Amino acid sequence: MSLFAPIKDHHSEQRLFVSRVILSSVISFVLLGLVIARLVQLQIFDHELFAEKSQGNRVRIEAVPPTRGLIFDRRGKVLAENLPAYQLELIPEQVPDLDDTLQRLARLGLIRDEDIPRFNGLSQTGPRFKPITLRFRLTEDEIANFAIQRPRFPGVDLQPRLVRQYPDGELVAHAVGYVGALSTADLERLDRAAYAGTSHTGKTGVEHFNEDLLHGEVGFRQVVTNALGRQLPAETRDFSESLPESEAPQPGHNLYLSLDLDVQRVASEALAGRRGAVVAVDPTNGEILALVSSPSFDPNAFATGMSPSEFNALQGDEDRPLFNRAVRGSYPPGSTIKPMLALAALEVGATNLTRRTVCIGYYSLPGSTHRYRDWRPEGHGEVDLHDAIAQSCDVYFYEISRDIGIDNMHDYLLQFGLGRNTGLDVDGESVGLVPSREWKRRAFRERADQVWFPGETIIASIGQGYMLATPLQLANAAATLAMRGKRFKPHLVAAFEDPLSGKRTLMAPEPLPSVQIDNEFHWDSIIAAMNDVLQSETGPGSAGHTGWPAIAARRRCSRSARRKSTTRRKWTSDCATTRCSLRSRRWTNRALRSA
Amino acid sequence: MLFSDTPRLFERNTRPMSAVARLLKRFYLDGPLLGGLLVIGALGLVVLYSAVSQNMDLWLQQCVRLFVALVVMLVVAQLPPDLMRRWTPWGYLLGLVLLVMVLAAGEVGQGAQRWLDIGIRFQPSEIMKLAVPMMAAWYLHERQLPPKISDLLVIAVLIVVPTVLIARQPDLGTALLIAMAGVLVVVLAGMSIRLMLGLCVASVPGAYLLWQFMQDYQRQRVLTLLDPDSDPLGAGYNIIQSKIAIGSGGLFGKGWTNGSQAQLEFLPERDTDFIFAVMGEEFGLLGVLSLLGMYLFVVGRGLYIAIQARDTFSRLLAGSISLTFFVYVFVNTAMVTGLVPVVGIPLPLVSYGGTSMVTLMAGFGILMSIHRHRKLLPH
Repeated sequence: MSLFAPIKDHHSEQRLFVSRVILSSVISFVLLGLVIARLVQLQIFDHELFAEKSQGNRVRIEAVPPTRGLIFDRRGKVLAENLPAYQLELIPEQVPDLDDTLQRLARLGLIRDEDIPRFNGLSQTGPRFKPITLRFRLTEDEIANFAIQRPRFPGVDLQPRLVRQYPDGELVAHAVGYVGALSTADLERLDRAAYAGTSHTGKTGVEHFNEDLLHGEVGFRQVVTNALGRQLPAETRDFSESLPESEAPQPGHNLYLSLDLDVQRVASEALAGRRGAVVAVDPTNGEILALVSSPSFDPNAFATGMSPSEFNALQGDEDRPLFNRAVRGSYPPGSTIKPMLALAALEVGATNLTRRTVCIGYYSLPGSTHRYRDWRPEGHGEVDLHDAIAQSCDVYFYEISRDIGIDNMHDYLLQFGLGRNTGLDVDGESVGLVPSREWKRRAFRERADQVWFPGETIIASIGQGYMLATPLQLANAAATLAMRGKRFKPHLVAAFEDPLSGKRTLMAPEPLPSVQIDNEFHWDSIIAAMNDVLQSETGPGSAGHTGWPAIAARRRCSRSARRKSTTRRKWTSDCATTRCSLRSRRWTNRALRSA
Repeated sequence: MLFSDTPRLFERNTRPMSAVARLLKRFYLDGPLLGGLLVIGALGLVVLYSAVSQNMDLWLQQCVRLFVALVVMLVVAQLPPDLMRRWTPWGYLLGLVLLVMVLAAGEVGQGAQRWLDIGIRFQPSEIMKLAVPMMAAWYLHERQLPPKISDLLVIAVLIVVPTVLIARQPDLGTALLIAMAGVLVVVLAGMSIRLMLGLCVASVPGAYLLWQFMQDYQRQRVLTLLDPDSDPLGAGYNIIQSKIAIGSGGLFGKGWTNGSQAQLEFLPERDTDFIFAVMGEEFGLLGVLSLLGMYLFVVGRGLYIAIQARDTFSRLLAGSISLTFFVYVFVNTAMVTGLVPVVGIPLPLVSYGGTSMVTLMAGFGILMSIHRHRKLLPH
């Protein structure tokens, strides 16, 4: 110690120090008091608020999608089912080298090279723990192939999922339709809450129209998650005591269609290799027995997802396999409307049952040299109304057409359901077109075009010109004929079933306004003529009629009843009661080739 | 019970106590302080076990750190205060050199240069946590108190140089705490209160200047403090989640390892800076008040030791170490409860991490040494 050091007054220093310690302590107590006050505020006064927030933090509601209802044909054959399929999934955070993994998967043939950039993008956008689906449905070979290699692919795994499967896909594609992955457009249309967790929805056909029945009701369960949304395994944390109840999903209803897979197959084979459509309807109740549009496509491809190039190939096909000709295609109905026009002619007095005409193969309007040709160049000879229907003589109808008049034709054809939607339980029906003077006035801009010409009436009498109808409309019109004017709304769904209770609800036939005529005997005359269509050697059922736009053919009750008695007991009794009603009516519209 | 048994009852109680007391005296340890620290350390290990999601590896590492820190405390307690005082300038200079080396050739970790690798990896700023108050106390030791303005200016330089070096790393939190430790020395030494108030008033334009020099993220922290809900998924996330954790704990807490905020990873940095929120959630208000009570006891014991100290250096140093410890506790708890901005200061002796714990325990070693080595008369 230096002698010159200032003299320290230890006692005053001590006092000063103690006073400063006391000051600091007071300040410290105040600061600590602030913290404690804050803690009291948070933990006592605002406790409930924060407790609620922390509860919301850890529990997340997860949707459990319902199982989609199954679809059967009328005899219980499966048309659409849900099969477990293995899909290939990748969890980005578990993959050490994403690029390398994808390359090697591509080399194994499990993914396509062209998809690699897409998967790379997907793995960067979503949460890293959320699986990305690389492939929807693997074949047995691919599953085996991958299973061997799995140790080399950490983070990539097979996941079983339910995939919509159509066992007879191509056969029923246009009737049953298909499901596809939910699109943003679907999400705008559908109730998002109800579709939380659902990946697919009905896109066309029965699958689309009956979406509400098939889909079922979404269930939910409460999962404990962390801040990143990652689900924690239940066994690691026991928070279950405070979790609200889960709710199991309600599976969708099973549908029983009126479709008969065997009839469908027969119709489909008849069309094999050609463009066309077949609709068979039960006249007694409007049930559709067959609905075929050819060529068809494999709806399974939509359910499992296809590449853009595959889809473009399908859509760009000039045969338009995706186009539902039976329901959406509108074509000139041709001679198929003759029986209905014959009825109209009888009703309005344009002809009678005894009037006879000599068909020489063509017809000309008085004062005109233009020849309206018959489909048979040599003519049908002398024909009455019965023969004209049975042989489909054009000239006879040319002749009476002026006396019927286009507006009468329009009124009667409309009563048979042409020119308007039939109300089938499949969306996207075409309306078709039944022309009239009124229609022409409204349809054309130019005054000169708005006038109805007599020649237009003549070609309208054999279903040409402006007239358009869908195969479905024609089938239903023929059914109306068979039922002597009684009409039913055509439908594909015959019953639906609650899969839990097994309770089935049958769809009652829905009557439509009947065709109103004054003389009930006129039905007998027309039906008798129709009975002879197939037997007539010179009629449209004969080989000579090929090349014509349309064939209306009818199986006789006795024949179809014989066939059905072995296969469908229920219908046999139906047939007995409506003894001579037409069982099924097939319209093969060959004009569709020009479609 | 017979009356004659009473002496034996006393004997049985006092004999082992005296053995412990002898042992403590032999190793220059202060019983109450050691007891308080051990209770806090044990509480910390209990909370940490939950905060690291029962990860035994991490938990055992922390046990080892606590043990090492206690050994360091024991070693430091053996050094007489006079010896420490004589070493102080050299220690301070060494610390400065190391800080310069860090800026020149330090390792970069988490976006900042704080680590130096000379045989062992460590942060030189930790040395300064003790060296700066020691240096200030050393400077004032032989001078008359209260300090004159010239003395204050010298000490200001002694404080500012390491503070700026550390702030350049950049480690603003540590820099401010080190400056605080130095300032506490002059405050305890009797710096004029009027002068302090004057400096506070002068700091208002200074704060404005500081705002101008702040990095964006630092400004964001201040703004987020004022309104954490403005950025609930960004900067305000930590505070919101921490408040939810503490608030949902209530009076009694959700129970050990049952805090959903902590266990489900909603609470960020739950094993380090935000471990206080884990405690608040799982042990409730009663739990955190107990912990705060223990901290208060340790600080109180430290200040008692400071008052008992016989020379200026010991007195100022002991007071500064005790109050700095309190500042750590206050800043961390105030941060976690959303009273002050998030500055990244761990909860002493409880948060996961080793370096700061060793420094803290070394500080308490100094306190014990001061208490046990004190002479009966001022020299």
